[in-house]
Amino acid sequence: MDFTYHVEGGDFTNAGSTSSEVKRMLKKLGVSPDIVKRTVVALYEAEVNIVAHAYRGDINVDLEEDKIRIVLADEGPGIPNVEWAMQKGNSTASPKVREMGFGAGMGLPNIQNNSDELHIQTEVGKGTTIELVNYFNK
Amino acid sequence: MTIEEVAALVQGEIVCGDSFKGREVAFVFASDLMSDVLTIRDTDNLLLLTGLSNLQSIRTCEMSDIQMIVVVRDKAVTDEMLELAEENDMIIVKTKYSMYKTAGILYGAGIPPIY
Repeated sequence: MDFTYHVEGGDFTNAGSTSSEVKRMLKKLGVSPDIVKRTVVALYEAEVNIVAHAYRGDINVDLEEDKIRIVLADEGPGIPNVEWAMQKGNSTASPKVREMGFGAGMGLPNIQNNSDELHIQTEVGKGTTIELVNYFNK
Repeated sequence: MTIEEVAALVQGEIVCGDSFKGREVAFVFASDLMSDVLTIRDTDNLLLLTGLSNLQSIRTCEMSDIQMIVVVRDKAVTDEMLELAEENDMIIVKTKYSMYKTAGILYGAGIPPIY
C-alpha cells in the first residue's frame, strides 16, 4: 500500500494530521503499539520540521508486509550542516516554532531514536528528503 | 490517585473527557517543550502537566499515547483542541494554579515523577 500526503510550510493548524492518519492506519492493521508509537513519533517530528522550516513538502508512506517506509521530501532551505543539526540542542527554528513547543534541537535526534533506518539527503536552497524505515517484527 | 482526585487537589475544572475521570494517574511529567514529551517511551497512566495550550500539545499527546492533561495558569482550551482530544479519548483538566504550584501539590500528594 502506498499513500502520499501534502504538507504546507507554516500550516501549524494541520501539522500532525498526516501522522494522525498513519497512526490510525497502523493500529487498524494490528501493528504492535510500541512500533506504532516509535513510527508516529518519528513521523510527527519530521512532519513538524516541514511545517517549521520548509515551504511545502510531500510525505509518501509505503506499507509493506514487514515494514513501513516513509519518505518526506520538502522544498525549502535545506540543512547546511546535517552533523550539527543531528546534535541535541542545535536548532535554527524561529520564535513562532518555539511557541508551538518545538525548536529546541531535539527533532532530528528524536527521529533517529525512533527509526530503525534513517537517511537524510539535503541541498541548501533546494530542500531536504528524509527516509525512515521501521520494521514490524524485530 | 484518579485524575478526578488530581482535579480536586488543584481546584481544576474538567473541560473534556468527563467519562474518563476514574483513570489512575501513576506518574507526572511537566513540560512546555513538546519534543521533550515525545522522548518519553513509557506513557502508561502518565499525566502531562503543561502551560502550552495549543493544538500541538494535543497532537503531541496523541502521538505519545498520553490521555491525561492538566493545563495550568487558566490557559484557554480552544474548540479545535477539545475536538482532537475527544477523538483520542483524552481528559483535560484546567487549573488556575501555576506550573510550579500544581507540580508541588501533586508531588506532595505522592504522585511520582516519571524521571
